[in-house]
Amino acid sequence: MEPATKTKKQVGLTGNSAVAYAMKQIDPDVCAAYPITPSTQIVEDFSSYYADGKVGTELITVESEHSAMSACIGAAAAGARVMTTTSSQGLALMWEMLYVASGLRLPVVMTVVNRALSAPISIQCDHSDSMGARDSGWIQIYSETVQEAYDNLFQALRVAEDARVLTPAMVCMDGFITSHAIENIALLDDSEVKDFIGEYRPKRSLLDVDNPITLGAMTLQDSYMDFKHEQSKAIAGAKAVVAEVGKEFGERFGRSYGLMECYRLEDAEAVVIVLNSAAGTTKVAIDRLRDKGTKVGLLKPRLFRPFPHEEIASALAGTKAVCVLDRADSMSGFGGPLFSEVRSALYGRKGCPPVIGRIFGLGGRDYTVEHAFGVFGELYDILEKGKVEKPFGYLKP
Amino acid sequence: MPSGAVAEKKTKSSVPFDYNKYLRPNKLPHIWCPGCGHGIVLKSLLRAIDKSGLAKDQICMVSGIGCSSRTPGYVDFNTMHTLHGRALSFATGVKLAKPGLKIIVTTGDGDALAIGGNHFIHTCRRNIDMTILVYSNAIYGMTGGQFSPTTPPGAMSTTSRYGNMEPIFDCCELAKAAGATFVARGTAYHTQELERTILEAIKHKGTSVVEVLDQCPTYYGRHNKFKSATQMMEVIEKEGTVSVSQADKLPPEKLKGKLLRGILYRTERTEYCEEYRKLMEKAQQTK
Repeated sequence: MEPATKTKKQVGLTGNSAVAYAMKQIDPDVCAAYPITPSTQIVEDFSSYYADGKVGTELITVESEHSAMSACIGAAAAGARVMTTTSSQGLALMWEMLYVASGLRLPVVMTVVNRALSAPISIQCDHSDSMGARDSGWIQIYSETVQEAYDNLFQALRVAEDARVLTPAMVCMDGFITSHAIENIALLDDSEVKDFIGEYRPKRSLLDVDNPITLGAMTLQDSYMDFKHEQSKAIAGAKAVVAEVGKEFGERFGRSYGLMECYRLEDAEAVVIVLNSAAGTTKVAIDRLRDKGTKVGLLKPRLFRPFPHEEIASALAGTKAVCVLDRADSMSGFGGPLFSEVRSALYGRKGCPPVIGRIFGLGGRDYTVEHAFGVFGELYDILEKGKVEKPFGYLKP
Repeated sequence: MPSGAVAEKKTKSSVPFDYNKYLRPNKLPHIWCPGCGHGIVLKSLLRAIDKSGLAKDQICMVSGIGCSSRTPGYVDFNTMHTLHGRALSFATGVKLAKPGLKIIVTTGDGDALAIGGNHFIHTCRRNIDMTILVYSNAIYGMTGGQFSPTTPPGAMSTTSRYGNMEPIFDCCELAKAAGATFVARGTAYHTQELERTILEAIKHKGTSVVEVLDQCPTYYGRHNKFKSATQMMEVIEKEGTVSVSQADKLPPEKLKGKLLRGILYRTERTEYCEEYRKLMEKAQQTK
C-alpha cells in the first residue's frame, strides 16, 4: 500500500499552530498583525519563533488591522515576502486596504480564520468575513482540515508570487472548529518548503532605486478601467496556476490538490456543495447513506476566487439534484454567495439539475451528520415530487 | 496645580449597597478572571451613579471590544456593545441624537489608545459631554496578553518576549493635551476614592476622562512574575501612585516613578452639543 504521505513526520497540532509553523518554515521578510479571536494564536506562536530567533522576519505589532494591512502593503511594495493573519472584524477593518493590495498587485498572503461579523457580536465560526471580501481581488482558498490549512499556505504563496498572477491570496479555515482543534498532520521538512516556495525576487520594487516606479498613482477615465481589466484577467488566470501548483505539491509530497474535491461524486444523484470543515461532516453522512445504497456525493470547492465555474459545472453533469450550503447569508440576495455562483455556473447547461441553497452554521451554530441527512432528504423529496418548492432558505435547526 | 483633589473621607454605612439594582442578574456571572480589577471598578462606578441621582433610563453606556468593554452587558442601563476602538464614535452619535442622555463609555487601554486612539483625541478635542472610563491594565487581556500603548517599557507580554521596547502613552496627559476638560486617574485599589472621582467626572459637563489603573493577573501578572493579583494591586496601584492632595507635600525623590491619582485637571469650555444646538438655531433664523 502507498503511504499516505512521503513525509514521515506526523505531529498533533491545532489549525492555528500548524499555520504558525508553516509561517516559520516560510520565514517571510515581514509580518504585521493585530490580535483577534480566533486567529490570535497564530501570531502568538509566530512571535515565539521570532523571539527565539527561529525566523528572520520583521514582526510589526501594530495598533489595528487597518495598520496591519497597510504595513503589509508598504513592505510588499518594497519587495518583501509578506504574510499576516486575521479574522472577522479584523478583516472588515482591512477592507479598504484589501483592494489596495490587489490593485497594486502585491502578493501578500494572509490566513483568515473564519468568524462571524458583528452585530450582534459573535466570536464563533461562519464565513461572512471572507465572503464579504470575495470581490476584493484576492485569491481565496478554503481548507477543510488542519492539514489542508497547512498545505494550502505554501501553495497560496507560490500562486500569489507567480509572475503570471501577482495577486494577494487568503487561505481560509473555520474558526475554532479547525483553528483550535488538534489534528495529527504530516509536516514538510524545512528544506522541502524552501525548495517548493523558492526565493522571492520581485521584478519591480520600491527599493530598486535604479528602476524607480510609481505605485497607486491617480488614474482617470482613460486608464482606471484598463488597470482593472488587466487585474481581472490576471486573477482569472490564477485558476490554472492553482491547479498546476496543487499537482506539483502532490508530486513532491504525496498530497495532491485540485480546484475542488469530489467525494463519491462519480455516480451521485443528490449532491451537497459546501466549503471548509462542514465538508467533513457531510462526508460521514454520505458514507452512511451510501452503505444503505443511496447514491449521494459531495463537491467541496477548494478555490472560491477565482471561481472554477466550468470545472464545477462539468463535475455536476449527470447529477439530479444539488444543494449548496452557505455559511454566510448575502442578506436578501438570491441565496448565499456560493449558491449564486454555483447556480450561475450551471445556468444554460443542458440537463441542469435543480439547485437549492440553504444557509447553515451562522455564528457557530452546529452542523451535524443529522443535518446533512436532512439536506439529502430534501433533495430526494425534490426528485420524488419533480419540483422545487423552496429554492433557498435557512437550514432547519 | 491640580484644581480639585479628591478628599480622602471615611464614610460608614450599615446598609450594604444594593448592586443588583443596577445589574442584569441573568447576565452574570461575568467573564472576568479571578483577581481582575474590572469588577471593583464596576462596583465603584455603580456606587457613583447611585450617588449622582441619575435614573437608570437617563444613562447610556457604550463600549467597544475587550475585557472592559464587556461591562455594558452586565448593567441595567441603555447599553451598546460595538466595535473594537469605535465606542467613542458610537457614543458621539448617541449623544448628538439624544443630548439629554448621560453617556458613559467603558473602554480599555488597547481599545481607547491604540485602535481607537484617533477617536479618543478627537472626542476630547470636541469636548462633547460624556464620561470615558479607561480601564488601564497595560495589556490586551481578551486576546491573550499582547502589549498595549500603556505597557511600560521593558515589561513582558506575549508579543514582547524580551521586554517591551515602545514608550507608553500617558492616557491623562494625552486627554488633557487633546482638549478634555476633566482628567482624572484612579485605581482599583483605592476603590472609595475611585467612586468619588467617577462621581465628579459624571457631574462634569464636557468630556471627562478617568484612567483607572487596574490589574490583569492572568496575562500581565504572569508574564511579569507577579505572585498574585494582591501583589499587583499593592505594587502598581498602591505603591505606584500618590494622591494629588499629598503630592505637593512630598519631596521630589518620593514622587519619582509614581503616577498621580485624583482629579488632575478640570476646566470649563464650550460643550459640543450646546454649540451644535446654537449653530442650528442660528442657521434656522437666517433662513
